Amino acid sequence: MAVMTYREALNLALREEMQRDPSVFVIGEEVGLYEGAYKVTQGLLKEFGPQRVVDTPIAESGFTGVGIGAAMVGLRPVIEMMTFNFALLALDQIVNSAAKMYYMSGGQFNVPIVIRGPGGPAAQLAAQHSQSMETYFYHVPGLKVVRPTTPMDAKGLLKSSIRDDNPVIFIESETLYAVKGEVPEDPEFLIPLGKAIVRREGTDVTVIAYMGMMYRAMEAAEELAKEGISVELVDPRTLRPMDTETIIGSVRKTHRVVVVEAGAGFAGMGSEIAASVTEQAFDDLDAPVERVTGANAPMPYARNLERLKTPSKERIVAAIRRVCNVNGH
Amino acid sequence: MAKTLTQSGNSIGLGVDAAVARQLLGDMFLIRRFEEKAAEAYALGKIGGFLHLYIGEEAVAVGTTSMLRPDDYAISAYREHGHCLAKGSDPKRVMAELFGRRDGLSKGKGGSMHLFDKTTNFLGGHAIVGAHLPIAAGVGFAIKYQGGDQVIVCYFGDGAVPEGEFHEAMNLAALWKLPVIFLCENNRYAMGTSTERALAQTEIWKFAETYGVPGERVDGMDVLAIRDVVGRAVARARKEKMPSLIEADTYRFRGHSMRDPAGAVYRTKEEVEREKLRDPIVLFREKVVSAGVLSEADVRAVEKDVNDRIDEAVAYADASPEPPGEWLFTDIYKES
Repeated sequence: MAVMTYREALNLALREEMQRDPSVFVIGEEVGLYEGAYKVTQGLLKEFGPQRVVDTPIAESGFTGVGIGAAMVGLRPVIEMMTFNFALLALDQIVNSAAKMYYMSGGQFNVPIVIRGPGGPAAQLAAQHSQSMETYFYHVPGLKVVRPTTPMDAKGLLKSSIRDDNPVIFIESETLYAVKGEVPEDPEFLIPLGKAIVRREGTDVTVIAYMGMMYRAMEAAEELAKEGISVELVDPRTLRPMDTETIIGSVRKTHRVVVVEAGAGFAGMGSEIAASVTEQAFDDLDAPVERVTGANAPMPYARNLERLKTPSKERIVAAIRRVCNVNGH
Repeated sequence: MAKTLTQSGNSIGLGVDAAVARQLLGDMFLIRRFEEKAAEAYALGKIGGFLHLYIGEEAVAVGTTSMLRPDDYAISAYREHGHCLAKGSDPKRVMAELFGRRDGLSKGKGGSMHLFDKTTNFLGGHAIVGAHLPIAAGVGFAIKYQGGDQVIVCYFGDGAVPEGEFHEAMNLAALWKLPVIFLCENNRYAMGTSTERALAQTEIWKFAETYGVPGERVDGMDVLAIRDVVGRAVARARKEKMPSLIEADTYRFRGHSMRDPAGAVYRTKEEVEREKLRDPIVLFREKVVSAGVLSEADVRAVEKDVNDRIDEAVAYADASPEPPGEWLFTDIYKES
């Protein structure tokens, strides 16, 4: 184990996979000479050269299509979106080309690509640069969608994503790049896609959250522990495929559920998880599933408004208290 | 660098021997016959959805493919039956795909617009206009990355030219020197919108100059002229990794799809009849016979052989079972 930042963990994963497999290459805006807008690709150009660390012009649909074409004939591109907001320019390539190629070719052409970059609420970046983008992707059969919360997950999940034979949407976060944590140095350390993790054991309520919301939920859980409320925290890590087994297992133990998500709640991840829990564990529930979601508004710039947009620790605490007070906890 | 319309020479010295002439004529006729039979099957309800016929444009796919090696790649849009057949796919499996049957190239999951054949390096069958152009650039990127000397031909219509992806792909292929031949089949109408109503620059080959690559316009009804132009582009791509833009001046004799059977709303009957005088198969047939490269009997033998093959293809597609229900959920994710 080594202590490193989330950013360094991603960088290490890229470096290890590029060393392991010559068909892996990195492509995107500012990934080479500039070493990444968020420095995730720092040092890669020097180590692997311009053939494998490919700077592109600003042409998201174009270079995503390039990655898809290269993947169809044997390469394993890692495509960086400078921020995931820009991936909307490549949405057709991702949804109509990458996700469906294997199916509509009857299993002849798979597309082993990773599309990675930061997404989700950032710091005063306003409406177009600070939003939860996973929603646009996890609806689509043929895609896998990963949201790594910790440096260890960042490394283990990115390596698994690169080795996966399918298109993987891997959304990081600007606000987590500097977070430090323990990361295994073993180049064969992998975290399988589609496996959730219980980050904190508890008995009274299951809180499901990922990325920045997991850190906030953790603070809420610690605060409530002082009051004697025992919170179990589940991090799905992969949103598609979703590990409902781990979630349902936790619900059967605690009988109460709060889902926290940063994005605007309508038709969001909270809705999906609440539906799964209701369908599969309705009889286990002692209270209705609560959702704590981002406000149903675009992301504002002003600091005070921005704080109102994204779920706070206080709102998470209040929701947990509400579900725990139902039916006389 | 750019050149104007290329046409082949007169009948004296066609530059092809009997074997090549037979292959070119046979392949064009095979596509024509395949499409006619597909139209019949559509009328009978055996083919559903959208069906875009290539009738009138056969010389482009056949002339182009005849200049490729089997390990070269081709990729196309949704009017791709001809490109797929020219690249060497078995008409039986193509027809079965149109019929939505389990023995189709894509197991019946793709249909008319999504033909793929890994055995011939035919990379689809893409039905969002413009989307496959960057993918073609990616294949070119991979060829270069892997140190290969193959090329990829990317067929698209005039309707893709106003899309941003045409320009993104042209720019990237030119910037990175990728072995891609962008082959625009200008049949003058994007569905019902003429090039005059869609493009500020209707001479599509001229966009090559913008991106600093060779561009040529060719008579898309003249299979020998296409061989000439494509042959040069392939050589440049193979040896120098230089992309090219070719505009083939062609015409579809049928409507946009079977739902626009006559294509009569946006073009005149006179125009269609006039263009039919440029029928690439009729012209080439006359040319090879009058030049003495093939005899009338040779030509009839080719036609007979093709008719038999297409009849077999229809029978094969008819006999192929529907895909089993559980295939709904296969080929979504590849298991590592």
